[in-house]
Amino acid sequence: MLNVEFDEERCKGCEICTSVCPKNIVVMADRLNAMGYHPATVIEQEKCISCSFCARMCPDVVITVRKEERK
Amino acid sequence: MITVFERPAALTSAKTHYCPGCTHGIIHRLVAEVIDELGIREETIGVSPVGCSVLAYNYFNIDMQEAAHGRAPAVATGIKRVFPRKVVFTYQGDGDLASIGIGEIVHAAARGEKFTTIFVNNAIYGMTGGQMAPTTILGQESMTSPDGRNPATQGYPIRVAEMLATLEGAVYIARVSVHNPQEVARAKKAIKTAFELQIAGKGFSLVEVLSSCPTNWGYTPTESLKWIADKMIPVYPLGVKKPLEEEKS
Amino acid sequence: MVKVLMKGNEALAEAAIRAGCRYFFGYPITPQNEIPHYLSKRLPEVGGVFVQAESEIAAINMVYGAAGCGARVMTSSSSPGISLKMEGITYMAGAELPCVIVNIQRGGPGLGSIQPAQSDYFQAVKGGGHGDYKLLVLAPATIQEMVNLMGKAFDLADEYRNPVMILGDGILGQMMEAVELPEQKDLGKLPDKPWATTGAKGRAPNLINSLYLDASELEKHNHHLQRKYERMAKEMLWEEYKTDGADIVLVGYGSSARIARAVVDKARAEGIKAGLFRPISLFPFPKPALQAACAQAKNVLTVEMSMGQLVEDVRYNLEFKVPVHFYGRAGGMVPTTRDVMEEVKRIVSNGEGGGTV
Repeated sequence: MLNVEFDEERCKGCEICTSVCPKNIVVMADRLNAMGYHPATVIEQEKCISCSFCARMCPDVVITVRKEERK
Repeated sequence: MITVFERPAALTSAKTHYCPGCTHGIIHRLVAEVIDELGIREETIGVSPVGCSVLAYNYFNIDMQEAAHGRAPAVATGIKRVFPRKVVFTYQGDGDLASIGIGEIVHAAARGEKFTTIFVNNAIYGMTGGQMAPTTILGQESMTSPDGRNPATQGYPIRVAEMLATLEGAVYIARVSVHNPQEVARAKKAIKTAFELQIAGKGFSLVEVLSSCPTNWGYTPTESLKWIADKMIPVYPLGVKKPLEEEKS
Repeated sequence: MVKVLMKGNEALAEAAIRAGCRYFFGYPITPQNEIPHYLSKRLPEVGGVFVQAESEIAAINMVYGAAGCGARVMTSSSSPGISLKMEGITYMAGAELPCVIVNIQRGGPGLGSIQPAQSDYFQAVKGGGHGDYKLLVLAPATIQEMVNLMGKAFDLADEYRNPVMILGDGILGQMMEAVELPEQKDLGKLPDKPWATTGAKGRAPNLINSLYLDASELEKHNHHLQRKYERMAKEMLWEEYKTDGADIVLVGYGSSARIARAVVDKARAEGIKAGLFRPISLFPFPKPALQAACAQAKNVLTVEMSMGQLVEDVRYNLEFKVPVHFYGRAGGMVPTTRDVMEEVKRIVSNGEGGGTV
């Protein structure tokens, strides 16, 4: 399961998430979604620290964030 | 794996009509998260305004009433008086609340109506195409203040939170912002406090949220967030403007 | 059942309580103030809510909110205040919310006067606010009828999901008559309102709304409303007095009809075959009954406290087949039986009246 998942079809390409990621792993995809926007996406999942900054700032509730359960 | 962030149940699955980067979406989500956390989705009745958030009823998965321009606090008064134990909130923009509906909000607060208002201040009329709002800051350009708001002819912005904090019927008045993740977290806390005080039957509560309008401001979404921090907050300082006396001590 | 002597405004208020109304939102204005005075005391006694709003606009929107929750709710005002309420009224018509609005009319236009008038007829029966909509409009002529129509108004509002207006005037509001009040309606037996916003518990969310951004959807909604207004035709109410074989039929509603009725008796005493047709429902207008009552008439005369409003509907509904004359006073002046009688005599002798034929 991915740490951070983008529902790319909902993304309007505002790029706010890319500006708040402390690991700089959120980027804009080259492809267009059905609404005609370049959706935000995460390239290096393993670097995600599940801080949720991207999700918290996303106006379109595109992002789901998970993390490993602490034992 | 545990989920630490997901779409709240109090939001429908509808895509919003808001422009890319418009922070209405964040504020909707915060309200929905608070509704979920308090477990009140089936007990809540919302009132949507006229303006950009006129269609808020499509996005909240709760019972809603759509009010005439500026009249949401009157509609909410009617609802809350019929159902004193339900949770009632209005969601209003600056044109709706601070211009045409300034009378309704002042008197709802003065009467101490026990509902919560989420007041979204983005210093401009969005839906009608970027005209000057009562909260447009001095010097800010808009379609009807093309040379920047000039106090000599167009007067001064209204600080709604500070004004309403003078009223005894208001028990909680705060101004928050959603321009960065830390402020978003604070905004949510304020909204939750407002709802909790309503549930406790304390009185009127309002959270003013500084919000962006990239389309009508003419900036990118990220530039717009910076504009909130650099230009709006100096005019509209953040913070709790009216706490309950007993909470202070 | 014992009769009690009551002022019109107070009788209306008590009748609303008996009809199950538990919410009142209003703003002071003369000559209807006895309604809020009475209800501010009476509603708390029966577990209801009285709110003095900051304006008529706020008051009608509070009514919107409460009606959207399924409550039996009302407001009252007088002419200038009703103008302010028009925004909320058209929203309620659009969102199909039941409520009762009382207009104790006073002279206009503008601030006008505080004396009785009937110059809000057009505003009441043609919609009043923007958009294609109708109110059910009921016009009592006695205090007893005010009481009876108040109960009916709440039932009609719920049945049609539509605002209902009680169109009175300063005379009816202020005068006293003996009335018999109905029993208190069982609040447990009021109609179910599954569309109301009560909290979306175990069901999909409900929405109270008049916004249809899609033009074809809004047209569909307008057709739906129009069909509803057509269905209201079965609610026509009227009263006839000596119209059988009448040569001249006087037409008036409310206080004016009381004056016209006295004129009918005077005229009959002088050998003039006069009658009275009194529409009680102004919308729906009792067209077939009016036509039947005037079929044999040589002349029709409307008696109004306006510059000529009802007369237009009477001409229209009689399809211009009978000469329709008009006698009216305005600004708070009330027609006297002597002046109306003179008008009747003039019309009968020369077929000419003060108004256009």
